[in-house]
Amino acid sequence: MDASSGLATQPHAEHDPHHHDDVHDHHELPFWRKYIISTDHKVIGIQYGITGLIFLFFGFSLMMLMRWQLAYPGQPVPVIGNLLGRMFGPGAVENGHLTSEFYNSLGAMHGTIMIFLGIVPIAFAAFGNFVVPLQIGAPDMAFPKINMASYQAFFFGGIVMLISFFVPGGAAKGGWTSYTPLSVLADKGPTYDPFWNGQTLWLVGFILLITSSLLGAVNFIATIIQLRAKGMTWMRLPFFVWAQFVTAFLLLLAFPPLESAVVMQLMDRLAGTSFFLPSGLVVNGAPVHVSGGGSPLLWQHLFWFLGHPEVYVLILPGMGIVAEVIANNTRKPLWGYKSLVFAALVLGFLSFLVWAHHMYLTGMGSVVSAFFQTTTVIISIPSVIILSAFFISLWGGSIRFNVPMLFATAFLPMFGIGGLTGIPLAFNSADLYLHDTYYVIAHFHYIVAPGTIFAVFAGIYFWFPKATGRRMNEFWGKVHFWPSLICMNIIFLPMFLQGMLGMHRRWYDGGQGWNLANEKVWGLTGFEWNTPISIAAWVMGLAQIPFIINFFWSMKRGEKVGINPWEATTLEWTAPSPPPHGNFATTLVVYRGPYEYSLPGRETDFTMQDEPMRESDRKAYEAAAAVH
Amino acid sequence: MDETHEPALADPADAAAHGAAAHDEHTAHDVAKHIRAYLMVGATLLLFTAITVFLSYVNFGTQKANVAVAMLVATFKAGLVAAIFMHLSNEKRMIYRILIFTFFFVLGLFWLTYLAWYDPITTR
Amino acid sequence: MEIPYTVTARPDTGLWNAKVGIWLFLASEVMLFGGLFSAYVFLRLDAEPGAWPHGLLNVPVGTMNTAILIASSVTVVMAWASLKMRKFRAYWWYMLVTILCGVIFLGVKLVYEWPQKFDHFGAFIKKDALEKYEPYLGNHHLAEKGLPQRTEISGHLHNKEALNDPNVKEYEIALDPVNADPTNPNMDRPHFLYVPPTDKIATIEKEDVEYANMFLPKHSAYFASYFTITGLHGAHVLGGVIIFTYLWLPVGTKLYKRNPEHLANRVEVAGLFWHFVDLVWIFVFPLFYLL
Repeated sequence: MDASSGLATQPHAEHDPHHHDDVHDHHELPFWRKYIISTDHKVIGIQYGITGLIFLFFGFSLMMLMRWQLAYPGQPVPVIGNLLGRMFGPGAVENGHLTSEFYNSLGAMHGTIMIFLGIVPIAFAAFGNFVVPLQIGAPDMAFPKINMASYQAFFFGGIVMLISFFVPGGAAKGGWTSYTPLSVLADKGPTYDPFWNGQTLWLVGFILLITSSLLGAVNFIATIIQLRAKGMTWMRLPFFVWAQFVTAFLLLLAFPPLESAVVMQLMDRLAGTSFFLPSGLVVNGAPVHVSGGGSPLLWQHLFWFLGHPEVYVLILPGMGIVAEVIANNTRKPLWGYKSLVFAALVLGFLSFLVWAHHMYLTGMGSVVSAFFQTTTVIISIPSVIILSAFFISLWGGSIRFNVPMLFATAFLPMFGIGGLTGIPLAFNSADLYLHDTYYVIAHFHYIVAPGTIFAVFAGIYFWFPKATGRRMNEFWGKVHFWPSLICMNIIFLPMFLQGMLGMHRRWYDGGQGWNLANEKVWGLTGFEWNTPISIAAWVMGLAQIPFIINFFWSMKRGEKVGINPWEATTLEWTAPSPPPHGNFATTLVVYRGPYEYSLPGRETDFTMQDEPMRESDRKAYEAAAAVH
Repeated sequence: MDETHEPALADPADAAAHGAAAHDEHTAHDVAKHIRAYLMVGATLLLFTAITVFLSYVNFGTQKANVAVAMLVATFKAGLVAAIFMHLSNEKRMIYRILIFTFFFVLGLFWLTYLAWYDPITTR
Repeated sequence: MEIPYTVTARPDTGLWNAKVGIWLFLASEVMLFGGLFSAYVFLRLDAEPGAWPHGLLNVPVGTMNTAILIASSVTVVMAWASLKMRKFRAYWWYMLVTILCGVIFLGVKLVYEWPQKFDHFGAFIKKDALEKYEPYLGNHHLAEKGLPQRTEISGHLHNKEALNDPNVKEYEIALDPVNADPTNPNMDRPHFLYVPPTDKIATIEKEDVEYANMFLPKHSAYFASYFTITGLHGAHVLGGVIIFTYLWLPVGTKLYKRNPEHLANRVEVAGLFWHFVDLVWIFVFPLFYLL
């Protein structure tokens, strides 16, 4: 991973026996081979993207339901209340209002679906699959069949998660973290069916999702190591590829410990073991008939060993997308490319050593908590480096405020707010108070919602022309952007206040029954703040409609564009739109770094990576080197 | 400015190194030389399996000491398998890089989990 | 364009794709078993002194299985070397031996070792009833020597219906040697050879029992981790056997005729996986059988 050593690709294609100049796959494949079980990285990327977007909206819908219960506790859900009752049964929706069990299911599944079925598949798998091989000049991923298997594992994992809503007792209720012993004992009533219950299906679905991530991660890393085009040295990789590379390593090494924990919890539920059940456990006044000797803390350790790197899995691809969009629309090289790369590497490395800051409340001693506080505070440094480099990149640029750039620029302050509000949580003393309050919710949602999801939108608007040959409508893009940005802030900013009032994140009635939620901030009590938040959430749901329509409408009827509509420099813009199977017609040779905008002595303000060197370029680089 | 902007021409020294890399792919001749080593390692592993079993009957004073001795022998055996059978004694740099990180994180997982168990806020 | 470096190495990394892939996969496997073993460490450290069982597994059989797995590791590397030297007959035989070793290992595990455990019974006695069962536990003797006390009485359960029938008030056990003769100094450090239960029968009242079960995963944290880790390891062995069989069948012969180097690469990749499985067992064996 050390970029300065001799990993550079050298000319070698001459003796490559598999070298073909023509695009070989001309014959038409039947529909199901082309779109359903395709091994083409672009099709798989789009499959991931569309499935992920559907899950993302589904996960958001769960939250919109919860927001009703929080703002108007106990009141029947308007319009769709009866329908929900018929869909999920009277145990879930009683006379149109949500039961507490169903509310818990919604919360747990909102987290699970948003993270593992929404953002990871879109930000990592979809963009990674579609863009990375194109950006490094590869014909496909290194292992196309494994790539297909990865999508299928993900798809079935998602299906299992959805099925779990309709089994007796409903979907998993133990929170997205599935803390033990609660989750091990969930649903174990008199009608307990060892397999067909929410928690067990959650675990089974999780194993499928982890398998999918592992297969994907192996594929990504092998592709980036092995299939870079001639001349595409490590320090010429677009930052997006670096971000995906680090992300893939996080998934590869952080997920397996959770997989082992999931297997153990599955044993606890199916074989009656006590990995996570302590001795002498009493439930409802009766001792639980298990051997005991397990430890609930063990689950937390193994869960957060994944859980924290997972945070960077969520944000790094987003940062990668934002880097591409910013460099392209400021028309100047990304500031501090090298520091960005090293910051991403350090971020990935440190993310493995901070996990227990999620567990301050478990009563760890001063030595351990001092260690984790230190590493947690250190990890903010690379994040700040990345964010600062993006901000500085804006300086003095002739910015094109198109829709991708709007989302990318919005990402910066939003991620900044999310990151800075995390610092109090890094310290044990502050965290003990803020733990599990709405403050924490607001903090991490600022990172993933207006952070990663905005980056995802930027990426969709940015690479849409490459995937379809058409551009998405700018006007409706703006109609999508502005309400989304405003609503995001109306939703999450008041949550900081609610959290500091002490409102707990898992309250079923929105805090109506708790005194501390009745203190007033800015004219409203903590409980009353729920109403504007909920309304903003629903308005934001409506604000996605222009996006959905724009997305499908533009596929068929959007403005047709050339192969490089954004006048970008990276290799994906040299391929036809949409790229054929095998991607590039000729063998590419890369001569320069990824962000050669406004190079002096050139006719255009962008110089593609595969454009050969000229004398004027050499002079320009020398002049630039003299300044630095 | 930085290396990013250098033209992608082969550095002669690098090209020579790559030629060498291509040569140390196992040829039939090299492989024949290694066969003796494989058999020797197999025999050593069997011998040390017997030694582990024997040592477990010896009382080293405390349970901890016994665990330590057994783990030492196991680590030695695992090292042999990795170094000779899995060819890690002579592998490409990229593989080492991947494994060094993995090794480090596994140790981190063990050590920090142990530390968190060892240093709780409450006495048990 | 076809995908490059599927068989030949990329010059600057010196690797072909599948080799990078398998090492990445093994890295994740290291973390998977790392998670399981750290759980084992965690649970073992967390256990009450003396509560972690000792010497419940069959050491000679375990040793034999270890030897079989090591032998198969040798044969698989020999199979690969034969391919490199283009000796297909030798490859075929070495591969066959490897597959057989894998099958024997699994057979011993699934047909002999596990069922024997499932047929064994253990009852943990409540703290206040320990004195009552002193003849089977020998705790006075252990206390004199400064050893942790015993709480479990194990052996062959005669009245199996006692497990589920609340009307049966006691367990009837043919005792294991350790409970039949608890003050024998040889039993201080339970020995590892599997010895059949004695014909000494003990009756244990259910109300004195904290928790009783067959030697199933739910019996204790020890058996939970034993069955989970060896089960997952066994699944890996099974996977390896399936892959080897695929490479050994005519499919492999065809590939050999087309491109012997490609088959050698595949065998190398499968072999790396197999060695890793062997490597995990090298730790499993002492941790569960000996310590």
